[in-house]
Amino acid sequence: MNLVYVSSFIVSIIAASTPLLLAASGELITEKSGVLNLGVEGMMLIGAIAGFATAHATGSAALGIVAAALAGVAISMVFAVLTLSLLANQIAAGLALTIFGHGLAALLGAGYVGISAPVLHAIAIPVLSAIPFIGPILFDQNILIYFSFLLICAISWFLNKTHAGLILRAVGDSHDAAHAMGYPVIRIRYAATAFGGALAGIAGAYLSLFYSPLWSQDLSAGRGWIALALVVFSAWRPFYLLAGAYLFGGVTYLALYLQGVGVSIPSPLISALPYAGTIAVLVLISRDARRVRLNQPACLAKYFHAVA
Amino acid sequence: MDTELDPSARPPLLVLRGIVKQFPGCLANDHVDLQIGEGEIHALLGENGAGKSTLVKIIYGVMKPDAGSFTWRGETRTVASPAQARALGIGMVFQHFSLFEALTVSENIALGLNDPKDRENLPARIVDISTRYGLPLDPTRAVHDLSVGERQRIEIVRCLLQNPKLLIMDEPTSVLTPQEVHKLFATLRRLASEGCSILYISHKLEEIRALCEAATIMRLGKVVAHCIPAEKTARELAELMISAKLKEQSFSHKTISTAAPRLVLDRLTVRSNQQFGTDLKDISFAVAPGEILGIAGIAGNGQSELMDALSGEIPAGTPRNIMLDGAPIGHEGPRARRRRGCCFLPEERNGHGAVGPMTLAENGFLSAHVRGALDRLGLINRKRTQEFAAQVIKTFDVRTTGPRAEARSLSGGNLQKFLVGREVLQQPGVLMISQPTWGVDAGAAAAIYEALAQLAAAGTAIVLISQDLDEILLLCDRIAVIAAGKLSPPIPVREATIETIGLLMGGDHTAEEKHAVPA
Repeated sequence: MNLVYVSSFIVSIIAASTPLLLAASGELITEKSGVLNLGVEGMMLIGAIAGFATAHATGSAALGIVAAALAGVAISMVFAVLTLSLLANQIAAGLALTIFGHGLAALLGAGYVGISAPVLHAIAIPVLSAIPFIGPILFDQNILIYFSFLLICAISWFLNKTHAGLILRAVGDSHDAAHAMGYPVIRIRYAATAFGGALAGIAGAYLSLFYSPLWSQDLSAGRGWIALALVVFSAWRPFYLLAGAYLFGGVTYLALYLQGVGVSIPSPLISALPYAGTIAVLVLISRDARRVRLNQPACLAKYFHAVA
Repeated sequence: MDTELDPSARPPLLVLRGIVKQFPGCLANDHVDLQIGEGEIHALLGENGAGKSTLVKIIYGVMKPDAGSFTWRGETRTVASPAQARALGIGMVFQHFSLFEALTVSENIALGLNDPKDRENLPARIVDISTRYGLPLDPTRAVHDLSVGERQRIEIVRCLLQNPKLLIMDEPTSVLTPQEVHKLFATLRRLASEGCSILYISHKLEEIRALCEAATIMRLGKVVAHCIPAEKTARELAELMISAKLKEQSFSHKTISTAAPRLVLDRLTVRSNQQFGTDLKDISFAVAPGEILGIAGIAGNGQSELMDALSGEIPAGTPRNIMLDGAPIGHEGPRARRRRGCCFLPEERNGHGAVGPMTLAENGFLSAHVRGALDRLGLINRKRTQEFAAQVIKTFDVRTTGPRAEARSLSGGNLQKFLVGREVLQQPGVLMISQPTWGVDAGAAAAIYEALAQLAAAGTAIVLISQDLDEILLLCDRIAVIAAGKLSPPIPVREATIETIGLLMGGDHTAEEKHAVPA
């Protein structure tokens, strides 16, 4: 098998994995603060259409990404007000957010079906990108792919090494204790939810401006749900999250490849392969119940109401 | 106390005047005055619900008072947040520890330090302070692996790192073994001698008499007395606290019955279903008709798992692990066990023992419909259900508007009386009850003890799980101690000493062996 072929195989896996990694990184921070936002799929779709429409109107894909992040923050704030300030149930509100996001994105996107918008181009790093094999993999990618790698390292550093990260984990672990010590639980959770919303929005824009650079109503195709599953099955550990996202990307590509070479398996089964495969592997990885219990934010999805 | 100082001779550190705090439907603090001198160990005494916790939360800046003045070293101040209180030099050790289970000792302490400067070389400073004050701690260990005593040390060390002028301790000994209490007192006396004042909150009178120089006694949100505890007897303090003459209670400890045991646990081993729970290992005991077996131990050593295993909420490994009147029931759920004549009352009243938003009648039905025949052809028999609840209310003097009142509308003590009554009136063959008097006032506790003693006299086998050693010594015929999920062999209460029980609570199995030899 020649090297160019292998290299393009790896590039495709990276491309398929990045949106999951982006959305799941955001949700990881949200959940570490004790908030379970099941609306990732809805926020991704809103981000996708906001990014696509903005890029189409302004001609700038970069502005599209900014708009997608802002749209993600805006819709996550609806969720935050409902659950953190008005104490609505997080599970129900999150599901509603997904359904709402789906519908709103379809409505806003009705006029954009079949139109093209500016595409996010790869940034080839001079000289380095010319290196055979690793050049195209490491140094000729679009900015969001570089960003996703930096992000996961930054998140790991933030959670484990900084005092602010310690406070975030503390709020997710015991909001009553954090409150008693004088930390602003609700404000921290708002910020963590907004961060998750921004990244879900960016993940959506990645899909509509790069991965399949067209708007369609089913653009996210359940990736938001896979991102949520990744967070849980990685037991809230950033680098396991990275591995899980790439596993999913790898199996997605494998499924496409199998279809391409005409393996006689019904195509719906092949399409289901990445979902089933990723979950199966992650369940095996996270069998250690003790480790999961240790890393799981103990206050995940619980109400917090301060008496002051 | 060797130095009998007049508290008024000390320069005041903190003076509170006229503190008022109103909650919906309850005046938690009604013009409360409090004065603490420098280097003084001051007791704040009162029953559950007297307003002690509210007052200290106000001092520590967690809550804002509606009215009143706060004077710190002669200056009037407002303390708007715990961070401000810490900046003044106030440290607090909470009753329900403000610790984060998933984090390490050192991370937990770092969370309490606002100033980044304080967080430098933290592990080394933790080791330094903890050895200086005799509070051994390993900064790298995760909190969920630590005993309750060790957890309390984390909080104390966290306060000490900030050189506090006032250390507030909220019910610090309720979770400690007698030996640990002894060590804690030595640490507190040393701190006071170095000039740190201590506000010591408790309802344990002997402790206060041994430790504190001055006391402020609260009842129903008001200060009822300021006194020197060493000059009063425990009984006088108790009567100030509850405003009524206490009836002396004593129950004769019967000789152990030789009748065939009703309930037998045989090497019961169960994995906890809680996030940071304790697994039960090889629990064995037998309870005869008419006997009360007390299970003592510090919270979190497997009591809730044992209760869940006894009630059938966690099934046992094999049916023969739990035998009732000779029948294996380990695999059966709570309903099947109730049908066989068992009744249960778990520790947590709201949410586990009772459904808060349901009426008392409905809550009575939930537990008693089998033995009380409150259903007919699978439907609720309204009339009998109402009558049953009314009977519990009357027999146990539950203060409520009637069977139609919602369970959550009752105060903790009243709800507990209703729940105990609900189980007792079913005339169970075996009763398993956990923390029957937690948060219950002295009068209600006496009524509950009376009811349990009568039930045992009528031939019921009772398993009583409690953290209150005095309660077990008062009521039970035999006592066993649960520590880290293991149960010591039961010994007659008459032969048990506080020292032995204390060692067993700390999981010291040599104490067990010492007992095994003479027996």
